[in-house]
Amino acid sequence: MRLALREVFLAFKRAPLLAMLGITTIAFSLFAFGLFGLVAINIKSALLEIEDRVEIRAFLIEGAKDAQVEELMQGINKIPQVADVGYVSPDSALQRARAELEEFRDVMEGAMLPGSVELRLKEGARDPETVQAISRRLQTYPVVEEVRYGREWVEKLYRIRNIAGIAGSVLGTVFALVAIIIIGSTIRMAILARTKEIEIMRLVGATNTFVRLPYLIDGTLKGLAGGAIAALLSWATVQLVSKNLMTAQFFNADQVMLGIAAGGVLGLVGSWLSVGRHLRRVWRDA
Amino acid sequence: MSGILRLTNVSKEYPRSGAALRDISFEMRKGEFVFLVGHSGAGKSTLLKLLSMAERPTTGELRISGFSSQSIKPREIPILRRRLGIVFQDFRLLPDRTAEQNVAFALEVTGAPHAQIRPKVARLLTQVGLASKATAFPHELSGGEQQRVGIARALANDPFVLLADEPTGNLDDRATHAIFLLLREINAQGTAVLMATHDVAMIQRSNLRFLELDHGELVHDGTDVARLLADMRGRR
Repeated sequence: MRLALREVFLAFKRAPLLAMLGITTIAFSLFAFGLFGLVAINIKSALLEIEDRVEIRAFLIEGAKDAQVEELMQGINKIPQVADVGYVSPDSALQRARAELEEFRDVMEGAMLPGSVELRLKEGARDPETVQAISRRLQTYPVVEEVRYGREWVEKLYRIRNIAGIAGSVLGTVFALVAIIIIGSTIRMAILARTKEIEIMRLVGATNTFVRLPYLIDGTLKGLAGGAIAALLSWATVQLVSKNLMTAQFFNADQVMLGIAAGGVLGLVGSWLSVGRHLRRVWRDA
Repeated sequence: MSGILRLTNVSKEYPRSGAALRDISFEMRKGEFVFLVGHSGAGKSTLLKLLSMAERPTTGELRISGFSSQSIKPREIPILRRRLGIVFQDFRLLPDRTAEQNVAFALEVTGAPHAQIRPKVARLLTQVGLASKATAFPHELSGGEQQRVGIARALANDPFVLLADEPTGNLDDRATHAIFLLLREINAQGTAVLMATHDVAMIQRSNLRFLELDHGELVHDGTDVARLLADMRGRR
């Protein structure tokens, strides 16, 4: 193990440019991945926030009787997906409108606004299907004149989220593959540069594991370093965006660790694949 | 006297170039010194490759140090290699390491304890007469000196047999003689030596057993130098 680490260090010392190139390319692949991840988590938090505002509003007929409203409220309370309900009487609707639309205070003098029932759904029940189903159910009450909900909004948001999810998986996979290929080819170069040494190692009785270990450690360390740099770059990007454009969220500590670890895994996989293939070739020619 | 190495009807064919060895059978005893002689292309290098299990015979069986070419597993090959010392015509030293680092390499690679490596390397370099040039790089050494480093490296893991593939092929007469004497000395201490060469004069002087290969066939196994001389002249 100590010898393997020394070999890694020597390899770095012998070809610092190559090693830096490897780390940088891994960092950039993971950075691209990280950027996408950031976009994803920010969309997700935006969605959560907007979702929180998804509400259904049932406007009541003019002159709705208290008993009718009561019946409606009781019916709504029986729907399990409903988080909370509120009744807005015609008077309070008017007051609210006046408060919110200060400029039109005069216009609203003596105006009649319909009463309404506002309800918010529980988290997890805010998908377009549920919203639609509940709206239809409300529509069956005679006291309800019209049901409104941000239908298009809800549907659009969900579509964005689905697209983001698919694009994330696709791009993530592509970037991961690129990282593996890049690490693989830096290892390949390292192996080709040391063909003679490997040949001699084999002849004096080094085991396969012994020959492989330095390359695997090499790849893993480069992956980890690349991951760390990528995390740093992503963080810098978030800072930049937050300062100049809009507040953006950064990954939490677990996600950062996961990203760096993913770099290590990519490095290990890349070097593993490359070492296996190229050592076999070197040995065949020896 | 026990056999440490035995070939039984060994043949080796390559897909493109055809038969390199045909039906070879011989045995080598513990501590023996044997020459392997023949023109280039006669199969000497192929035979040495088979002995280090770098390649397997197409047919027949090769037994060496308790391993059979028919049953050895890939992960056992490193174990076998540690019991063999291999010396090359082109030395195969690592150019960016000193003489002692080149020798130490063979020990490090087998996971030898660190504390044992330095004294052992010093002892090996003394044995091959290079103690004073331990810190020299290969390019600072003469051909003969480089081959001494190669031999010290081959001896690092205390092999029971030294396989030398034309170790003097790149050396002048004086260096050739010195290397030969060194190999004899090593042999006298109990290590068997199989030395490939086409230096007939050396074989003639030493009066040792030799195996003569010709076009992949073993045409002589013994000490009949007169016959060898006739053969070599006849084919020239």
